[in-house]
Amino acid sequence: MIDLELTVNGELARVRVEPGARLLDVLRGPLGLPGTKEGCGNGECGACTVLVAGRPVCACLTPAAEVEGLEVLTVEGLVGPGGDLSAVQRAFVEGGGVQCGFCTPGMVMSVHALLERNPDPTPEDVREALTGNLCRCTGYAQIVESALLAARKRREAREGGDRA
Amino acid sequence: MLRLPQLQVARPRTVEEALALLGGEGALPFAGGTDLLPNLKHRLLAPQTLVSLAGVEGLSGVSVDPGGALVIGATTRLHEVAEHPEVRARAPALAMAAGLVASPQIRRMGTLGGNVLLDTRCRYVNQSAFWRKSLGHCLKKDGAVCHVVPGGQKCVAAASNDTAPALLTLGASLTVATAAGTREVPLESLWKPDGVYNRRLAPNELVTAIRVPAQAAGHRGAYLKLRPRESFDFPLLGVAVRVDAAGGVVQSADVVVVALQAVPRRVTGASDELAGKALGTQELEAAIVAVGARAHQQCRPLPNVPGDPDYRREMVPVFVRRALRAAAG
Repeated sequence: MIDLELTVNGELARVRVEPGARLLDVLRGPLGLPGTKEGCGNGECGACTVLVAGRPVCACLTPAAEVEGLEVLTVEGLVGPGGDLSAVQRAFVEGGGVQCGFCTPGMVMSVHALLERNPDPTPEDVREALTGNLCRCTGYAQIVESALLAARKRREAREGGDRA
Repeated sequence: MLRLPQLQVARPRTVEEALALLGGEGALPFAGGTDLLPNLKHRLLAPQTLVSLAGVEGLSGVSVDPGGALVIGATTRLHEVAEHPEVRARAPALAMAAGLVASPQIRRMGTLGGNVLLDTRCRYVNQSAFWRKSLGHCLKKDGAVCHVVPGGQKCVAAASNDTAPALLTLGASLTVATAAGTREVPLESLWKPDGVYNRRLAPNELVTAIRVPAQAAGHRGAYLKLRPRESFDFPLLGVAVRVDAAGGVVQSADVVVVALQAVPRRVTGASDELAGKALGTQELEAAIVAVGARAHQQCRPLPNVPGDPDYRREMVPVFVRRALRAAAG
């Protein structure tokens, strides 16, 4: 067993895991964060997408030992202190970007990463950012619309904040 | 659910420490892990220790040396290679190829060194251990027969690395650290036609950088990729081209294809057809079509990766023409 220290959703976490444990195993197991899903386990479906040091990566192909000392953001970490959903999460609900929900955490994290680096994406930018996330329910149209809705809401909130 | 085998992860801080660890029994270097981990789940490899390169000083980043050569650290992530302004300006085919590997997530994990050294792939190999056992194994792993070429004695698993043909058109080389010192390996001599293990590198050697020399004046390049979906998939065919056109006239050209056989393959005669032709002319277009015809004649895809080999062969001239037009346009 090995002892690891990593920062997950802004909180320092200390875990003792098997040497070959994956980040996904640590999140869903000892840290009790089941929002991140395991789909293919092969890096293909993107259901396990989390942000490591700001980069969207597949938690299923990331050994936990590789993220020692790094910051990890999961879908649970997007929720505000009062339990409020983030703009991206709300947009997925309002825009109908969720059906069965299994791919949703990964989709949300990919969209969150996109909007952090590009607050005003085109529909093509959104589609490109989601090329590593598979959905078997929705046909993607409402997911792309939800992402664009999230971008608009975030911009409006920021502009409103500037005025206030 | 396929499980990872039990593993140790070693985290060296220096190249010397990494080399010492790689000299041990059952040790494998680990960078992005995006191909290695699925292969471990499939029990294609059985290391006891993964030597993580993440903490090794000096292995990541893009720089330009005084002679104008790009020096790209081996663990530089493919996303950074694809987006880096110096790579896009000096080696456009490499930037395109890196940007077409797998998916956004995989490009933020996978490294250029890892893609250059990617293991060969075959529809009869990249399967679970149970699947392979049920088929009676094959030349690449645990068996003595080839399911691609009946009676074949040599493994024809396909080189499937998008960046390999691009780097070959650019005359790139690898900086390799060994216990005895550092050596420079031209990519031209890296690969050998053996799908079981197609690289001329020893297990205790470590690629530290990829070096792309300064290109000729008027350098242009492109990489195009045929795959089932426009994301994630390995190439069914990849085509990289170089067109050097100082003064608007082609001086020299190169075409290299990948995913047909165990090594990337150069299409011969591209310069013969294209040199002397001015950009934007009918003569150049006719020469581009002629290079496509040469490629069709020279390339015979095998049923080693998914996709009908006859279809893949017909796509060779199509992708060669498109890539040359993209570079020359």
